[in-house]
This record gives sequence, structure tokens and C-alpha cells, in this order.
Amino acid sequence: MSKLASRLLGLGVSALAVAGLATTALAADPIKIGSVLSATGPAAFLGDPEKRTLEIYVERINAAGGVLGRPLELVLYDDGGDANKARTFATRLIEDDEVAAMVGGTTTGTTMAMMPVFEDASVPFISLAGAVEIIEPVREYVFKTPHTDRMACEKIFADIKARGFTKVGLISGTDGFGKSMRAQCMAVIGNFGIEVVADESYGPTDSDMTPQLTKVKNAAGVQAVVNPGFGQGPAIVTRNYAQLGIGLPLYQSHGVASKSFIELAGPAAEGVRLPSPALAVAEKLPDTDAQKPVVVEYKKLYEEKTGQPVSTFGGYAYDGLHLLVAAIQKADSAEPDAIRDALEATAGFVGTSGVFTMSPTDHMGLKVDSFRMLEIKDGDWTLVEVGG
Amino acid sequence: MAEFLQFAFSGLTVGAVYALVALGFTLIYNASDVVNFAQGDFVMIGGMSTVFLYATGVPLPLAAIIAILTAVIVGLLLHRLAIEPARGASPVTLIIITIGASMFIRGVAQIVFDKQFHQLPAFSGDRPIEILGATLLPQSLWVLGGGLAVFVALWLFLERTLVGKAVLATAANRLGARLVGINTAVILAIAFGVSAAIGALAGVLATPITLTRFDLGTIMTLKGFAAAMLGGMGSPLGAVVGGLLLGLIEAFGAGYISSVYKDGFSFIAILVVLFVMPRGLFGGRSVERV
Repeated sequence: MSKLASRLLGLGVSALAVAGLATTALAADPIKIGSVLSATGPAAFLGDPEKRTLEIYVERINAAGGVLGRPLELVLYDDGGDANKARTFATRLIEDDEVAAMVGGTTTGTTMAMMPVFEDASVPFISLAGAVEIIEPVREYVFKTPHTDRMACEKIFADIKARGFTKVGLISGTDGFGKSMRAQCMAVIGNFGIEVVADESYGPTDSDMTPQLTKVKNAAGVQAVVNPGFGQGPAIVTRNYAQLGIGLPLYQSHGVASKSFIELAGPAAEGVRLPSPALAVAEKLPDTDAQKPVVVEYKKLYEEKTGQPVSTFGGYAYDGLHLLVAAIQKADSAEPDAIRDALEATAGFVGTSGVFTMSPTDHMGLKVDSFRMLEIKDGDWTLVEVGG
Repeated sequence: MAEFLQFAFSGLTVGAVYALVALGFTLIYNASDVVNFAQGDFVMIGGMSTVFLYATGVPLPLAAIIAILTAVIVGLLLHRLAIEPARGASPVTLIIITIGASMFIRGVAQIVFDKQFHQLPAFSGDRPIEILGATLLPQSLWVLGGGLAVFVALWLFLERTLVGKAVLATAANRLGARLVGINTAVILAIAFGVSAAIGALAGVLATPITLTRFDLGTIMTLKGFAAAMLGGMGSPLGAVVGGLLLGLIEAFGAGYISSVYKDGFSFIAILVVLFVMPRGLFGGRSVERV
């Protein structure tokens, strides 16, 4: 290291020390919560609501006196959807910012890249990404809040089975989400006595899926069609499906459980079913539903503060942050290991995605029934009973 | 038969979008040998501006016109602020500048617009036209018609007008063109403006089919560039034929062979064509300069 650099470093360290002294003098030490999100880039439509949610609620929690009498300090980095950047920021959170825990990881790709950093440093990491690989096998310090794609498949197949169908066509996106969900669906489909008679795919940026859907339509005996996919693909599939007049029940995934899907697909979306967290139908839940107060409150606050419709993705961040806050309160400590133990002991926590009960073998804590089966009617969601 | 026709309709629909984007490459390439990698972003600007204007209550045709004018302004600014200051640089340098411009436009679009997908209503309704058991959306006809109109207009412009001839002369020999009194800077500015307009028109026509988002430009540039290369860079006829061919190869590949390797087929086709005819299907006209 050159002389200049070491002198600069020395300056920096003393400046930091002064700053540290100043904050302790002013208020109780803040609890640092790290977050690396894909707020820009191709996954921005996920990361952006997550970022806003974290900012809104950290501010709100601090306004109400913080946690354990200490304010929360959110250290937020934007990885732009790049797994390499995510890992660099994760290292920075651990080494420079010394956070107590992390809520973030917008995509499965960025989460997988950051996981080893938190495992090595023994700092709890609550991921907001979907794939089941994040919690299987269980890693000591890694948790996640969204449902897995396997649960979505199980919910869909249970409904198909209850309606008396046994032969389905699959049309999946070749992006990470579509591929992973297709693999999970193939793994569990046997348990429901359902058979795949057509298995097609499309690229994440394709703008016409009629050739693939024509093949699905002409497959012998096909009774329903399932579309594991994400982004604009499912909207185009739904439009092409109507264009071809296929007329069989169409199932989409929880990946498109937002109002924008209905807008993008237009009238073609009528009758489409999909599994979704309760958030999409907040006001339509029966008053007896344990989740109703939570989702209605979150939806109201988010829409008021941002002027944008609420999405389930922001809900994942809500759950992550509040699980963490609950764990800190329960542990009565902001030490990473104490938080980890408390997180693992989470029981009956009511979030936007469902009721979380974690265990040493389950670091997500949601059951299949936390998914609701929705059907699109008159351009809006309606709750349907499985098989109804 | 119905199946074959359905694949053909799908190929023509997608191909017409590619052709419209490819046509946008033609003019700038003809004027300067530069492949403008921000061409796809003009498509995005056209689509997104129309969506946002339409959402505020502006009637669709007016929204489309304002969107196209917006793209023209962006195109002229791109020329004035990024290309013109680097005049005299080699085409490769200018191409790299357009890649940078493309990233910049995408970044700004994230802030000016938003990060979500958007759609426009189809111009003549969503009811598919049924032909021999296959279905075609009316919007596909709009895109095909738009492609045809731009092709004819571009061809007439390049072959029948003095300004068009000046564009070709600028491309053939910039010094020579200047010596006979052509203001090459103005010609290049015109090329950027008109290309932006063509791109934006493609965006307006295609958005009801493809949907649009701030980063749509990347894939549009890629596919349009592939189509233009296939048909022969710089030839309006090549752009149309290349675009339609690319769309048809993708549709038939996905339909008859495998949807997993759909993009593979089109790239293999391009490689084969470029091996046999390095200037593309209709690009053989231009002469090697010394």
C-alpha cells in the first residue's frame, strides 16, 4: 500500500470513529439491517416494490420508537439484477457496514450468489426469491419469505385433479423462473395422477406463442393447460390462447399474481386461474381470515405512499422485515446469532404471504394452503374453492 | 393445413415486426455505414410514449404522432450530441457510441416512464380473423401494412428523390459528396431523424402484440439487426424479406421441430446465408471502395 493510501485510510478510520462517537452521543445505537435488491435492471419490477416497502416500513417503525428502543438503519444496495454485483455488495454489508441481518436478494440468482457470504459470516439472511433451492437443503443462516414454485404446482394440480382432469399440456418460459417451476411441477405431478401430454416452451422475450399453443391444442386428450412463467410471457400466452380459441381451462403461476397481468392480457384473461398469496384479494377475504387485517393495512399504506398498485413482491419484503423485527424483539438482542435462533423459532407469524411457522428443517414456514386459488372474472380476481 | 397456416400467420406477424425494425437500420447505414444499435430504443420510445400519452386521455392517433415526433427529437439529439462531435471517427467507433446511447436511453426511460410492462389496445379490435381453421389478429395486418408502407416510402425516397440520392452519395463517398455540394452533416441528421420515426412507428404498431417495457429495445435491436443482416444491410427490400423470413423460420422451427431451439434455427439460417452470400440476400449491390 502506498504512503498516500495508508494516510487516507488512517484519515477515514479516524473520521469513522468520530462519526461513531457522534451518533452514540445523539441517540441509541441503530440496528443496522442490510439489503441488496435488484431495484433497477430486468428484475426491477420485483426489486422496486421491495425497496419501497422496506423504506416505508423502516421509517414507520422508527417513527414508532424503533425496535428495543433503538432505531433501525437500512443499508440498501442496488445490484441491478447482476449476481456478481450482488455478491460484492453482500461482502460490503458484512465487512464494512457490519449489519445485524439482511433482508433482500430479489432473484434466485442473486440470492444463491450471496448465500455463502452470510453463511461464512454467521449473519441471518432472509431472501425474497422464489426457488426451493434456497432453503433445500436447509442452511443455518438462510431463510426466505415467498412461497416456493413447488407449492404453486401442488396447488394447481390439486385444483385440476378436483375438477376431474388427468391430462394437461405445459407451456413454460425458458427463463429461470419458468424452468425452475416446470422442473418442480414435473417432480410432483405424479402424486396427483396427472399426465403431461404436451410440453412446450418459449423464450422470455418472445412476442408470439401461437405455434407452441397450436401444438398443445392438437395434443391428444389434453384437458387443461398450465403456464409456468413470468413477466410478459404469460400475458402473451393468454392472449394467443384466446386468439386460437382453445377453450380449455388455463392455469397461470403465482409469478403473475398482480393487477398488471389482467391489464396486459385484457379480455383474454377471463376464466384464467392461478395460485396467489392473499394480498391480491385483500378486500375480498372473509373477515374471519387471520391475514385480512395485515394485507389490508399493507395494501392501503403502500398504495397511499407510492401511488402504485400493491404487488405480492413488495409483500415478500414486508414479511421479511417484520419477521426480522419480531425475531429481534423476541431475542431481546440484535446479535446475529440470537436473531437467527429466534427466526428459526418463529411460530404463527401472520404476514402477507401466509402464516409462518418455521423449524430447524423448514426455513420458510409456509404451507400449501397459504396459497389462494383465484379466477379472473370481469377483469378482477375472485376467490374460488379448489375444484370449485 | 390449419396447423401450417397458423404457423405461417405467426411467422408473418412476428416477422413483420422484425422487418419494421430492420427498415429503421437501413437509412442510417446507407448514410454513414453505421449500424445504429439504439434503433430498438426508438421502437421502445414510440411504444412507451404512446402508452403514457394514451393513459392521460390523449386520443390514440394523436398520441402516436406525438410519440413519433418525440422519437425524432431523440434521434436528432443523438446525432447532434453523440455522433456529430465524433465526426471523422471510423464507423466502428460510431457504432460503439450508439451502443452507449442505447444504454443511456434505457436508463432515462426507467426514470421517465417506469419499469413495468405496458400494452396498447389493438387498433381494430381483438376479434381474430379465421381463415381455413387458422386465426390471425387484425393488428398483424396493421404491422404488415405498416411495414409495406414504410418499405415503399423508403424505396421511393432513396431512388426517386434528390435528398435520397444525396444519402446514397454520402454513403458511397463522403468527400466526393461534399465536393458536389452535399451538406453531409445535414444528410446524416436527416437519416437519424427518419430512422427514429420509422423505429417509433414500429413501436406504435407492434405494442398491441409484443407489449412494451423500457428495455424492449435490446431484443428489438438484436432481432432487427439479424433480419437486416439476413436480407442485406442497407437494402429496404432486404430488410422486409429478412424480417419476414426470420419470423417464419422461428415459427416453423418452433411448430414442427422444437420450441426449445427456436432461436437456434434462425441463427443457423443467418450463418448459412452469410457463409454463402456475405452481404446478405439483397446486399450485393454496393461496390468495394478503395
